[in-house]
Amino acid sequence: MTNTVLVVAETAGDSLAASTLVTLTAARELGGAIDVLVAGAQTGSAAESLASMADIRCVRVAEAPHLAGALAEDLAAVVAAHVGEYSHVLAPATTFGKNLLPRVAALADIQMVSDVISIRDAETFVHPIYAGNANETLRVLEPHKLLTIRPTAFAKEAVAGGEARVEPVEAGKPQGRSREIDLQLDESDRPQLESAGVVVSGGRAFGSPEKFRLLEELAAGLNAAVGASRAAVDAGYAPNDCQVGQTGKVVAPELYIAVGISGAIQHLAGMTGSKVIVAINKDPDAPIFGVADYGLVGDLFEILPELRDKIRVLRGEPDSQLAEA
Amino acid sequence: MKVLVGVKRVIDYNVNIRVRADGSGVETENVRMSANPFDEIALEEAVRMKEAGICSELIAVTVGDEASQEVLRSALAMGADRAIRIHAEASPQPLNVAALLAALAREEAVDLVLLGKQAIDDDANQTGQMTAALLGWPQGTFASELTIEDGRARVAREIDGGQQTVELELPAVITADLRLNEPRFVKLPAMMKAKKRPIEERTPEALGVDMRPRVERVEVSEPVPREAGVRVADVDELLHKLRNEAGVI
Ligand SMILES: Cc1cc2nc3c(=O)[nH]c(=O)nc-3n(C[C@H](O)[C@H](O)[C@H](O)COP(=O)(O)OP(=O)(O)OC[C@H]3O[C@@H](n4cnc5c(N)ncnc54)[C@H](O)[C@@H]3O)c2cc1C
Ligand SMILES: Cc1cc2nc3c(=O)[nH]c(=O)nc-3n(C[C@H](O)[C@H](O)[C@H](O)COP(=O)(O)OP(=O)(O)OC[C@H]3O[C@@H](n4cnc5c(N)ncnc54)[C@H](O)[C@@H]3O)c2cc1C
Repeated sequence: MTNTVLVVAETAGDSLAASTLVTLTAARELGGAIDVLVAGAQTGSAAESLASMADIRCVRVAEAPHLAGALAEDLAAVVAAHVGEYSHVLAPATTFGKNLLPRVAALADIQMVSDVISIRDAETFVHPIYAGNANETLRVLEPHKLLTIRPTAFAKEAVAGGEARVEPVEAGKPQGRSREIDLQLDESDRPQLESAGVVVSGGRAFGSPEKFRLLEELAAGLNAAVGASRAAVDAGYAPNDCQVGQTGKVVAPELYIAVGISGAIQHLAGMTGSKVIVAINKDPDAPIFGVADYGLVGDLFEILPELRDKIRVLRGEPDSQLAEA
Repeated sequence: MKVLVGVKRVIDYNVNIRVRADGSGVETENVRMSANPFDEIALEEAVRMKEAGICSELIAVTVGDEASQEVLRSALAMGADRAIRIHAEASPQPLNVAALLAALAREEAVDLVLLGKQAIDDDANQTGQMTAALLGWPQGTFASELTIEDGRARVAREIDGGQQTVELELPAVITADLRLNEPRFVKLPAMMKAKKRPIEERTPEALGVDMRPRVERVEVSEPVPREAGVRVADVDELLHKLRNEAGVI
C-alpha cells in the first residue's frame, strides 16, 4: 500500500515556520505522495514557497479571516475534514501542533502519537517518554496515523525543485466560542531558540534578572539564542518560552552552554541531543557534568566576563568562523 | 460553577527511571508514586476558585486502578468536595481517558474541566485537547494565567515565541502549565480527615466508553546514554578545545 501523507503547515506571520520543513522531512521518510495543508488568514507567500519545494504533490489552502489566530477550535475542523483521505497526517510537535493535532485526532476518533523521533515503518513509531529516560516504540492500529514530529529529530532542509499545484479547500465557519484577544511575540533580534546553532542557557545561580544579562552578553558575542532552566524562568530572569526541558523546549544546537544549571533530568530532557555540550558550574559533582563534553568548574561570575571578552577577541580575528544560526 | 479536575497517578518526578530488561516498560515495582505535578497545579487553581467563591463544587477524578485512589485522597485534602475513580487497567490511552472525562463532564454538568498540560510519565500532551474536542467545547491549553468572569474564561497561553491570550465561552477545557500557580502543601490533619471521606466509583461501561486500545506497545528501550567528556582547567583551554577539537566556534 502506498502512503499518502498530509502535512499540516505551521506558519510564522505570513511565511513558513522552520518546523514545517522538519515535518516535511519526516513525510519524505514515510514515502508516497505528500500534500501540505496551509490554513490562515493570509496564506499566499507560505503556499508559494511550499509549491516550489520538492516532492510535494499538492498544496491545499484554507484561507479565511477567522483562521488568523490559529485557534485549534477552528483549525481542527478544517484538518479533520481531510483525515479520511490520507494514510498519515503529520504536524510539528511545537505548541502549534500540540494544541491542534490531539483535537483533530479526537474529532476523527483516532489515537495519535506525540513527539515522534523515529519512523520504523508506516505504522511503527518511536517517541520519548519519562522525560526522555525511555523510548517507547508503538504500533498504531488505526486506519489513519496521526503524528506530531519532534523538530530536533529530523533534518530541517528546504529541498527546492518542485511545481506543486495549489488548490483551495473549505475554510469552514468560525466556531465562535473562542477568540484571540492578545498576542505578545518576542521581538528580539537573537536567533530563535528552536533553530539556533548555539544556545547559552542560565540557571538559578544568576540570582537576579540584572545578573542574567551577563548571559545575554555572552549570547550576543556568539550569535546565540538564550535558554533557561525552569528555576531561572520561575524566578523571572528569563521569559517563559526560554525554558529548556521536558516541559519546555527541546533544543539540539551545535553548541549548548549550560551556566549555573545543576542538570535535573527535566532539564536534560531538553538538551542532550545537542552536538557539543559545555557546562559551567561551581559544584564539581553537579549532574550536568555527566552529559557535558567540556566541563569547567568555577564561579560563573568570574568565568562569564572572561569568556565574553575572549570570545569578542576571537570573533574580531579575520579567520574567525563562528557558528552561525 | 462546577469544576472537574483530572488527576493522574504517575511515578514521582524525583525517581530515576529504569527501563525493564525485557523491554516491556519501565520499572514500577517499589517505586515512589505521586500525583502528576501539572495536575496539582490544576487542582490548586480550582481550590483558589472555590476560595474566591467562583467555584461551587470541585470534583477530582482519576482514571486508574485501586492504587490511584491515593491521589484522590490528597485532592480531597487539598480542597476537593468530591472524588471519583473511574476503573481502568494500567495505562489507558489518552483518547480513552478523554472519552471518560467527557462522559463524566456531561453527566455531572460541569462548567469547566481543568487538566494538566501533560502527564510526566508518557508526556503525551493530548488528553485536554481531546476532551475538548469530544465535548465540542473551546480549549485553553498551556495556561499560565486564568481569570473567570461573566461566563467567560480568559487564558494566557505559553506558546513558542511568546504568549497568546484567548477568551473562551464556558463550558471549556483548560490545561495548566507550570507557572499558573504554586500548589500549596497538604497538611497532615487534612490528609487524615481525607482518609475517611468516601471515594465514588464509576466504570467505563456505565459511562458508555469503549476502552479498546488503539495502539500497541512494541517495546520500551533505553536511549543511548551520553558519555561525560573532559574537564577543562580554564577559559583558555575551553576556547581552545571548542575551536580546535570540536570545531564549533
Ligand atoms: C513537573 C516538572 C517539570 C519540570 N520541567 C522542567 C523543564 O522543562 N526544564 C527545567 O530546566 N527544569 C524543569 N523542572 C525543574 C527541575 O526539576 C529543576 O528544579 C530545575 O531544572 C533546576 O534549575 P537550576 O539547575 O537552574 O537550579 P538548581 O538546581 O538550583 O541549580 C543551580 C546550579 O547552579 C550552581 N551554581 C550556584 N552558584 C554558582 C556560581 N556562582 N557559579 C557557577 N555555578 C553556580 C549550583 O552548583 C547548582 O548546580 C521541572 C520540574 C517539575 C517537577
Ligand atoms: C499498550 C500501550 C499503548 C500506548 N499508546 C500510546 C499512544 O498511542 N500515544 C501516546 O501518547 N501514549 C501511549 N501510551 C502511553 C499511555 O497510554 C498514556 O499513558 C496515557 O494514558 C495518557 O498519556 P498522558 O498521561 O501522558 O496524557 P496527557 O495528555 O499528557 O495528560 C494530560 C492530562 O490529562 C489528565 N489525565 C491523563 N490521564 C489521566 C488519568 N488516568 N486520570 C485522570 N486524569 C488524567 C491529567 O490532568 C493530565 O495532566 C501507551 C501505553 C501502552 C501501555
